[in-house]
Amino acid sequence: MAEAIHEEVHRHPAPTGFIRKYIFSIDHKVIGIQYILLALTAVVVGLVMSVLMRLNLSWPGTNWPIMGTLFPTGAPGGIMSPEFYLSLVTMHGTIMVFFVLTTAPQGGFGNYFLPIQIGADDMAFPFLNMMSFWVTFVGFVVLLLAIFAEGNLTIGSWFSKLGESFAAGSGTVGPIGGWTGYAPLSALGKIAGPGQGAGVNLWIISIAIFCVGSLLGALNFITTLLNMRTRGMTLMRMPLTCWAWFTTAVLALLSFPVLLGGGILLLLDRVAGTSFFIPGGLYVSGSLVPLHNGGSPLLWQHLFWFFGHPEVYIAILPGMGATSHILSTFARKPIFGYRAMVFAIFAIGMLGFFVWGHHMFISGMSPYSAVAFSVLTLSIGVPSAIKTFNWLGTLWGAKIRFTTPMLFAIGFVSLFVAGGITGLVLGQTSLDFFFHDTYFVTAHFHLVMGVASIFGMFAATYFWFPKMFGRMMSESLGKFHFWVTFIGVYAIFVPFHAMGMVGMPRRYAQFGEYEFLKNTHGLVLFVTVAAIITAVVQLVFYFNFFWSMFKGKKAGDNPWEATTLEWNIPSPPPHDNFAGIVPEVYRGPYEFAVPGAAKDYIMQSEPEGGPVGAH
Amino acid sequence: MATVTSTKTAAKPGVGPGWPKPPGQNGSNGNGRSRRFRGRRKFSKDTYRIVVWILLAAILMMFVALASSYIVLSGNPEWQPVRMPRAFMFSTGLILASSVTMTAARRQLEQGLSKKYQGWLLLTLLLGFAFLACQLKGWKQLVSAGVFISGNPHSSFYFLFTGAHGIHLLGGLTALGFLAARSGRVLSGEASEKRSAAADAVALYWHFMDGLWVCLFLLLWLWK
Amino acid sequence: MGRVLGLAIWIITLGSVWMFASKHWWFPESISEHGPLVDHQFAITIIVCGIAFAAAQIGLGWVVWKYRDSSAATRATYSHGNNRLEVVWTVVTAVVFISLAIMGQRVWASLHLHAAPAGSYTVEVVAQQFSWNFHYHGKDNVFGRTDPNLIDDSALNYVGLDDTDPNAKDDSVVSTLVVPVNRPVELILKSKDVTHSFFVPQLRFKQDLVPGMAIPVHFTVNKVGKYELACAELCGMNHYKMKSYMLVLPENEFSELVNLSQEKFQARKDELLAKYQLPQY
Repeated sequence: MAEAIHEEVHRHPAPTGFIRKYIFSIDHKVIGIQYILLALTAVVVGLVMSVLMRLNLSWPGTNWPIMGTLFPTGAPGGIMSPEFYLSLVTMHGTIMVFFVLTTAPQGGFGNYFLPIQIGADDMAFPFLNMMSFWVTFVGFVVLLLAIFAEGNLTIGSWFSKLGESFAAGSGTVGPIGGWTGYAPLSALGKIAGPGQGAGVNLWIISIAIFCVGSLLGALNFITTLLNMRTRGMTLMRMPLTCWAWFTTAVLALLSFPVLLGGGILLLLDRVAGTSFFIPGGLYVSGSLVPLHNGGSPLLWQHLFWFFGHPEVYIAILPGMGATSHILSTFARKPIFGYRAMVFAIFAIGMLGFFVWGHHMFISGMSPYSAVAFSVLTLSIGVPSAIKTFNWLGTLWGAKIRFTTPMLFAIGFVSLFVAGGITGLVLGQTSLDFFFHDTYFVTAHFHLVMGVASIFGMFAATYFWFPKMFGRMMSESLGKFHFWVTFIGVYAIFVPFHAMGMVGMPRRYAQFGEYEFLKNTHGLVLFVTVAAIITAVVQLVFYFNFFWSMFKGKKAGDNPWEATTLEWNIPSPPPHDNFAGIVPEVYRGPYEFAVPGAAKDYIMQSEPEGGPVGAH
Repeated sequence: MATVTSTKTAAKPGVGPGWPKPPGQNGSNGNGRSRRFRGRRKFSKDTYRIVVWILLAAILMMFVALASSYIVLSGNPEWQPVRMPRAFMFSTGLILASSVTMTAARRQLEQGLSKKYQGWLLLTLLLGFAFLACQLKGWKQLVSAGVFISGNPHSSFYFLFTGAHGIHLLGGLTALGFLAARSGRVLSGEASEKRSAAADAVALYWHFMDGLWVCLFLLLWLWK
Repeated sequence: MGRVLGLAIWIITLGSVWMFASKHWWFPESISEHGPLVDHQFAITIIVCGIAFAAAQIGLGWVVWKYRDSSAATRATYSHGNNRLEVVWTVVTAVVFISLAIMGQRVWASLHLHAAPAGSYTVEVVAQQFSWNFHYHGKDNVFGRTDPNLIDDSALNYVGLDDTDPNAKDDSVVSTLVVPVNRPVELILKSKDVTHSFFVPQLRFKQDLVPGMAIPVHFTVNKVGKYELACAELCGMNHYKMKSYMLVLPENEFSELVNLSQEKFQARKDELLAKYQLPQY
């Protein structure tokens, strides 16, 4: 019965040499791991910043000796200045949103597993793929430089003083406009105060570079998915992870260019004297600003949020795809309502383009458009609810295996519900009168982006680690990591809602100036303790990740008894994924518990009627 | 709960707790070298076409963002309209001509006339560079009329639109350059298909750049 | 593990619901006419949220508990879904969410889709880094002309009042917002430099002040007292202490105050600020 196996010429031969194999590789698997490593690095920087923020809020005016040494201008005498706090806020947000949530889920796992799950040998444009990573990396380096940018210098003089500032410990503060960088504060330049100088220019340039990197990635994802699916892999047989990566790529394709456009306008306002976002007649820091005229601050908000809202769906959709995939696998049951799930992914993606105004209800834009945005915003809750019901439906009647990836996937569902449900509050114009720019908003987006999304990534990591590295991660360390993190993130972010109820505003360096905030001190301290514990426990994950790469128990091809194409190939996969073969797919991706089958799962590549699971 | 080693011996292979499965017992089909896999990957000419369409979608979004900004700011009472420099009218003609020559080049390639294809390609390249030179002339005319990038949004948009479009056009010229470098020889089979697909893709990009410039030009000229 | 996880999810759910239901951390008292409507809409919304949250989490905890893989012999239920169920829960969700959305527009519409009622008292608000300026029109009910070119912080002309304009003679500019109780107030919101935001928690009201714009808003306060005013849009390093007060006065004290000239206004206003206490927190 042996059929002739046709060898085919893989598009690019296996690389030799360390540099081509691991540094400038065009292999999507290596690039995927590079993105994941970038995210793992960026998230440490972002986490440390958030702990520093908590320390400042809990014990303002304290002398932290290390801070005084590292940042003599931003934290003189070790005491964090308000502008230093705000630069932490800005950089924490920018690093986390761009270099963690927009890299690992899509560029990391998507790059690694999209081609394999659809049966391709690599992405459509391997060289462009490599460029997308390295461009993103350069963007990260530029952003880190912004941390050290002296708030009052121009870029030219900053470069000439670079040696000094590194020798003497670094400078002030990076940009302080928040990750949202509202104009005209961000457009006026250093006259608007410390933290509005060279750091903001570097911030804009970094984001512009990131936009380009993201675009290159999106081109690859979409082309590969449309054009390189293997035989039998119809769109409706694709794993939900692929649908999520595809939709995310479309969102990125259409939203990042708008951010790039806005960023160019903002940079021109700052360095070329244009007035896109700066109206006439301004009086800043004691003097008139005569040179600017005719601009609109609201225009920046429209451009930013037109990008910004799809961006948050870019951050969560891959996590949703991974959760669906992992829930089904470890529930040993098909995903409940595959078609509805695909529809919901599309609906979320598409509606995501029409709701950006809910960030701007009280911005001064037309109150009529606010009404329209509000109704559309609450509609986007419907496909999200469908997904939640379907996840619950998948678990109903299941036979759940509580592996670490499964725990994180279940955690994702819980956290997504917790975070998403407050969208019903924030999406209403009348309630925004109170809640806009309070900690209630911070609670909402941290639970969905900062936690649910991260849980999606953790689930994906524990799930696919054996395939990527050929070894298992430690289950006991993984479970410990899950439990402390799951309880920890709830302990951190549920109290944020309480702070919001009291009216606590965002982006305040200290809370001591207002009587109406005086009863929140206990809450603030509680959150800080929870945050420090949770942050420290992540070290367990890092240890598990890197130690298991070398010392973990060896993994076979399919340790989880899963069904999709990546589990057909060795762990780790050969250079061209399928060892010269073109795989063929005969059934959908979630065929678990099929009545009459010999095992409780049937792989996608298993033909109809043939012996199941036999060698 | 579950640890890596199974504490229960399963009655039937592959069923029951004791996951994750150690190597050799996981019931997969093996190392991908299954009998059931067969076939051969072919070059797909759709690849180039698809990627150019989606690239154009992204580029379009950026210019839509800039154009919307233009329209929004033009409603501001402090807006001061600027006269359209002559050079831009001339350059518009040049880029329209270059689309014609590009189409001619494609026709020649379809008929397998590689040398003529090369000729028309080079002409397109020339017209492209002439366009850019004209744009620079337009900038000079603006500056000599006292219109700089700073100050009023309308003048800023003149420089911004032409600059942004010019950068993307340079990308197109680079692609044309690559095409021209590989033109002229007679090819067959997959190499020829690849070249056709590439030429189609670049032509599509080029026509888009042409159309985009016409829109930007009309916006600057007529909407103020 | 399933039981522990289910239990943990339920405990977290209980804790979260308690945090809201106990009202231990809650809105401060409402002092505006529209305030109770906002609070009412919030109450409805949070109950819907609470039910959905609790139902989903309890459901999740339950399936995780019940369907843990304890027996090797059986398999999961082979089901790809249930279309009828999908339609039902989609429609129900859509109806609930859209209803909430529509209900949630009512207070907004009453404040923003209608101009300030006749007889409103108007104050111009000019925000700057990092303080508030309130411009009162004085006895003549006409605001004196202001011009950005005339602004001079060092000469204490914060809003650029034109001294040559006769209407400006009886105007006052101070750093506290004073409004009459039980009478509609209109604020014209402006900014000198960057975007700020006007927020008084008790008022249930917030609005950005955008440079280049003059945004009219209105509300009616129905409780006398002194309330903190906070900036709610990041405006620079001292955003966290861009603080002022809203003083709500009975009609007699109010009309007496606002007809005073600049210096007397300032002094009397400071007296009243000392007289009234902040709410107990």
